[in-house]
Amino acid sequence: MSDTLRPDLELIAQLIPQDSRVLDLGCGDGELLRLLMRKGCTGTGVEIQPVELVEALRAGVNVIDLDLNSQLGEFADDSYDVVVLSRTLQNVHKPRHVLEQISRIAVHCVVSMPNFAHWSSRARLLTGRMPMSKDLPYPWYDTPNLHYTSLKDLEPLFRSLDLQIDRCIPLNARGEAHVMGNAAANLLASSAVYLLHSKRHPG
Amino acid sequence: MATGHGTGGPAGGHAPQWGIVSELRGDEQGCTVTHTVRLFDADTPLHLRSGAVLPEVDVAYETYGTPNAARSNAVFICHALTGDAHAAGWREGEKRPGWWDTMIGPGKPVDTDLWFVVCANLLGGCRGTTGPSSTNPATGEPYGLEFPLLAMSDFVTVHRALGSHLGIDRWAVLLGGSLGGMQVLQWALDHPGDADNAIVLAGSSRLTAQNIAFSAVGRQAIMRDSGFREGRFLSEGTSPKKGLAVARMMAHITYLSEDAFSEKFGRAAQAAELTPNFGVDFAVESYLNHQGEAFQSRFDALSYLYLTRVMDYFDPFASPGAIDALAADPARFLVMSFDTDWRFSTEHSRRIVRHLEGARVPTSFREIASPWGHDSFLLSIPDYHDSISAFMERAAGEAGLR
Repeated sequence: MSDTLRPDLELIAQLIPQDSRVLDLGCGDGELLRLLMRKGCTGTGVEIQPVELVEALRAGVNVIDLDLNSQLGEFADDSYDVVVLSRTLQNVHKPRHVLEQISRIAVHCVVSMPNFAHWSSRARLLTGRMPMSKDLPYPWYDTPNLHYTSLKDLEPLFRSLDLQIDRCIPLNARGEAHVMGNAAANLLASSAVYLLHSKRHPG
Repeated sequence: MATGHGTGGPAGGHAPQWGIVSELRGDEQGCTVTHTVRLFDADTPLHLRSGAVLPEVDVAYETYGTPNAARSNAVFICHALTGDAHAAGWREGEKRPGWWDTMIGPGKPVDTDLWFVVCANLLGGCRGTTGPSSTNPATGEPYGLEFPLLAMSDFVTVHRALGSHLGIDRWAVLLGGSLGGMQVLQWALDHPGDADNAIVLAGSSRLTAQNIAFSAVGRQAIMRDSGFREGRFLSEGTSPKKGLAVARMMAHITYLSEDAFSEKFGRAAQAAELTPNFGVDFAVESYLNHQGEAFQSRFDALSYLYLTRVMDYFDPFASPGAIDALAADPARFLVMSFDTDWRFSTEHSRRIVRHLEGARVPTSFREIASPWGHDSFLLSIPDYHDSISAFMERAAGEAGLR
């Protein structure tokens, strides 16, 4: 799933203050956590895929094998400073439940999500075909993605969970910050990274 | 160095005896040798957690690989309930290699081309280390039930004394499965400065009522055997061997999964076909009988009582602040479980992880899919070994070994 270079991970790393304690849900081979360790961060990854988990172990990343859908209760309240959920929310059974768990585990979280309303998806739908893109590369019958959303439909979910959007960074298909920024993001962005904080704590 | 008692003298707290280690490479020719050393004696007795004192403790141990000059490549293997010092390699004339030969050896997950590996029979055991069937120097008779009850930390005290004897006061890795994993946990909690890494496999931090129930029935089978004689069976020339065999047969059922039994035996007849009677008719009955019989010749009923009792009372996270020292000077942990293990299910390992991770101790965890139940930790399962190898490779890098 992950390319050799993940520009979006670099961008996410920049959003996380140094020396933070970070929980990376769906950490893959631990690339983001290794990047963050160089900034003095500590933390834990969660990964259920065997090959990625072993690579994380080999890289010296703490990694815990558990199911995001049902086992986030293993982590105590406020046990991390930041939780990262990168390109994973669309894979979980109940995104709302997972976001609730995340906001219990840390005040801050970084969530990225592919945008189903990207213009190319809209164009493909107009031709009568299901959208496929670099961020949504799978045919409908064989995809880990259980949920599709536009950025416009994602943000109300955050608000309903008292997750305040501190930043939204629309990305292009390469995972770089989109040159158009937030202008027409729901049309132009292939995916977006959100920095959120739970309003149960001030600031 | 000959195998025998008293070769090393009391070593607890003594200066490292570098010379001894270099003599201890019995595995160079492919045969391993079990050494025995007296680590505690009348001048330096062993003070147990309970306050009791043992005036003499001998320890049987084996080593594999070679210690490096900096002593930064030492790995201690803690064995499970019925294990012994012979973890790997072949002993002269034996038909089977050490009990963890799949894990330890050149090119294996615990690669003896890199690591210097030590495994010792634990205190209270019956495979060369002082235990309840050893002779009480005060009476000249076997201890029997006069032997003091033990605690997990007593095993650790003796392991550390062996380390001092070998000139190793810091271990790159502590590694153990089941009761061995419990020793690793206790060791890291009590003496966090002793280890850089700790691996706990198919372990537990607190037995459940069901676990204790199985233990209790095993002990009852031994103690109700007419040959037990209040624990004085050695002096009286009897043996509770029927009880010991029954204890082993029952415990063995808990070491395998239902699927493992089905796969191995199904409902197959021991002979050509089933012939209903009360004897051994199904293949699984014959297998259990064999397990019971073989166990009698290699294990001591008193050790079985003492060691299972240590597990029953083990509850290291119960005392407040139990994890504070480790949290202040953490070892890096790898905890693993097997999905069909119903002796120490994955929930036992998850509980350990919750405590460690909750105290911000660097912790990794993986549950391995395996059909074989608790004994999976002794088997060569690719996903399992890949994980250990990856963790050990990283540890080797940090120890400057690669």
